[in-house]
Amino acid sequence: MLDRLQGLGKTGIGFLERLGRGHIFLARLLLALGSLVFKPGLVIRQIYSVGVLTLIIIIVSGLFVGMVLALQLYNTLVGFNAEESLGVVLALTLLRELGPVVTGLLFAGRAGSALTAEIGLMKATEQLSGLEMMAVDPYQRIFAPRFLAAVVAMPLLAAMFSAVGVLGGYLVGVELLGVDSGAFWSQMQSNVDFNMDLMNGVIKSVVFGLVVAWIAIFEGFDCIPTSEGVSRATTRTVVNASLAVLGLDFLLTALMFNA
Amino acid sequence: MTNNNGAMSDVLVRIRDMHFSRGNRAIFRGINMDIPRGGICAIMGPSGTGKTTLLKLIGAQLKPSQGTVHFDERDIHRLSRRDLYTERKRMGMLFQSGALLTDLSVFENVAYPLREHTALPERLVRHLVLTRLHAVGLRGARDLMPGELSGGMARRVALARALMLDPTMIMYDEPFTGQDPISMGVLIELLHTVNSALDLTSIIVSHDVQETLSIADYVYIVSDGVVVEGGTPDDIRHSSSDWVQQFVRGDADGPVPFQFPATDYQSDLFAPEIV
Repeated sequence: MLDRLQGLGKTGIGFLERLGRGHIFLARLLLALGSLVFKPGLVIRQIYSVGVLTLIIIIVSGLFVGMVLALQLYNTLVGFNAEESLGVVLALTLLRELGPVVTGLLFAGRAGSALTAEIGLMKATEQLSGLEMMAVDPYQRIFAPRFLAAVVAMPLLAAMFSAVGVLGGYLVGVELLGVDSGAFWSQMQSNVDFNMDLMNGVIKSVVFGLVVAWIAIFEGFDCIPTSEGVSRATTRTVVNASLAVLGLDFLLTALMFNA
Repeated sequence: MTNNNGAMSDVLVRIRDMHFSRGNRAIFRGINMDIPRGGICAIMGPSGTGKTTLLKLIGAQLKPSQGTVHFDERDIHRLSRRDLYTERKRMGMLFQSGALLTDLSVFENVAYPLREHTALPERLVRHLVLTRLHAVGLRGARDLMPGELSGGMARRVALARALMLDPTMIMYDEPFTGQDPISMGVLIELLHTVNSALDLTSIIVSHDVQETLSIADYVYIVSDGVVVEGGTPDDIRHSSSDWVQQFVRGDADGPVPFQFPATDYQSDLFAPEIV
């Protein structure tokens, strides 16, 4: 009994300790962002690797999600003779929820895991220590550029996802199922609000980018520098970042749309 | 840096009563060491005694739980980050793996410290990098990526990089491990030449006894968290300690038993069948 209690306490303290380390890490990361003003090239290179290289999976997923949504929505809407509303329902679903959330999940899987593995391996092969010993701060040169790149790339990717999703929905809804093209676009135009829908989606995706990048980079930095340690950290990144995206989405939705 | 008399102290690194532990395991239990300025100082000991940890403590990547490390008369663990980085520019460190940045070519790796810490024109950077690469015999390999280098070549590139900022001291972490005889010879020669030509202080951490004794001016042997012996290579070879003799000769059995502590062999082997 006592052993169990002891074990529970140990796990709890371990968790809190890690949480503390994560926050100190974030604080140092944010402080290091200033140094990037003099090295914009570092950020641009990282935007390429976390953003541009993630583009394919985002576009393909966006297209299919949009097409499937249109199919499902059409079947329901047509029962109420409301198939003209397909455009607006599709756009709202994508902009408010699916765009940021699915992009966040895919981003955690594609870019987040890559970030953790890269930084974990840099730790395991002593590259981080090597930088420290060359009097180069890895926060400024390694962590901050990746963090900023992820925060910049995430809303752009989410926007791309939503845009491609609407196109996919248009292809299925209008071209395949015969919804009126004019109604599709005009209803979307008049019922999607710039601040309420579009900007809230952008805010969500920025927050998700921030959290996914933080978790991914911290897991890499904090991993046990062995092959097993790196693989565990990578798994943890995908699981924790995905859960964080879903949890935060609920919180943000409650804050944004329930007021 | 000068001491109170205004003269240059002949000790570059001074370690006093240093304790360090990882979790519940004590790695160092009160280490005292003076690493003389100039010359090659070797730190030897069995695997797992924390020799690499010792280098990280000297470089202030780790903090001792007790005791001090002075580098050139300054307590390295009490410096601000800015001062620490200034001091680190005077210390080169050669990691066992080379620790080259895998996304940069050999040339860019060697140029990296210059690009980070100076604003020299590209022509001069190229000149400086090529002289260092030539010194380690790898000028022709400048366009290779770190993944295309052998272990010995990676260490030589890392040495060129460590020399880039003209350090006062270079720390070598297991420089001879896993090298074939030719690269071993090359590395020993390089280490020796570099040290005397540039008037450096070198600290070599190793358990390759013969190679290390052949080039070191002073040797410390560390085991079980304390310094067990210190002296010139000759002192070590003629040490009266059985333990040191076993270590230097590489005997399988002696004060350090071959067998990991276990119960009696006979009774263990013929123990009643365990169901």
